[in-house]
Amino acid sequence: MIDWAHFTPWSSLAGGIVIGAAAAMLVLLNGRIAGVAGILGGVLRPAGGDMAWRLAFIIGLLVAPALVGLLAEPAPPTIEAGYPVLLAAGLLVGAGTRYGSGCTSGHGVCGLSRLSPRSLAATSTFMLAGFATVYVVRHLLS
Amino acid sequence: MNAISAFAVGLLFGMGLIISGMTDPSKIIGFLDITGAWDPSLAFVMGGAILVGFVAFRFARRRTMSFLGGAMHIPTARQIDRPLILGGLAFGVGWGLAGYCPGPAVVALGAGQDQAVVFVIAMLAGMALYETADRFFHARRRRRVPRELSDVAGDA
Repeated sequence: MIDWAHFTPWSSLAGGIVIGAAAAMLVLLNGRIAGVAGILGGVLRPAGGDMAWRLAFIIGLLVAPALVGLLAEPAPPTIEAGYPVLLAAGLLVGAGTRYGSGCTSGHGVCGLSRLSPRSLAATSTFMLAGFATVYVVRHLLS
Repeated sequence: MNAISAFAVGLLFGMGLIISGMTDPSKIIGFLDITGAWDPSLAFVMGGAILVGFVAFRFARRRTMSFLGGAMHIPTARQIDRPLILGGLAFGVGWGLAGYCPGPAVVALGAGQDQAVVFVIAMLAGMALYETADRFFHARRRRRVPRELSDVAGDA
């Protein structure tokens, strides 16, 4: 059943196009993949000389809410997870995205754009794991 | 120059995530809840991004150098191996539990969400844990692919 009250097709499509444009700029200008886990992970594994662009990208992500806030007041987010769950989830996301060489942006957006079978396998895996997790948490445990 | 363009890209990327609604974990959980009240928004985000990305990567593939004059770091790995699947499973479970993946979590941290602060600290710890384990196992048995090469080749 589609949740029409929360479904935002147009703003999500528009935001997606902006994300795609950003990924396009990074690969064409810098020759780099816009995978946030890979960019963050590279900061923790300094490979000499490519620290500046990684930090600059992350600062851009951090400043984005302030820039958007000048134009519009964003709707407050709804966060169901408590702090212990957030801690466990953060550890899993951090270790998992590095071990699996990518996240939603690296495999999901850039990898699928490149029609990479490896990224399709990764994206299918984390989506299925996400579906199963939400099913267990929302429908079996509560 | 590389840093200036990366900053602009990060800013644009973050704005895209905010416009699309993906910095709100309930939108992510809503998408992952396929048996409940399903919010397909995330599929539209990925669809829009891939539409643009597909054209850009087709163009990028033909280039030997970036427009700023650097090397093209486009992944070449093709094998679907155990780390890819196990890593994906762990990531998916964490994603489903919190509703944050790395990009939106960093943007939400910038917006001052308390929960994102905790999540990002744990995520960085998870990444550091992976680095430590990787270095430990790398020292124990020499891999066929040197780490500097595998990093460029494998990271999506």
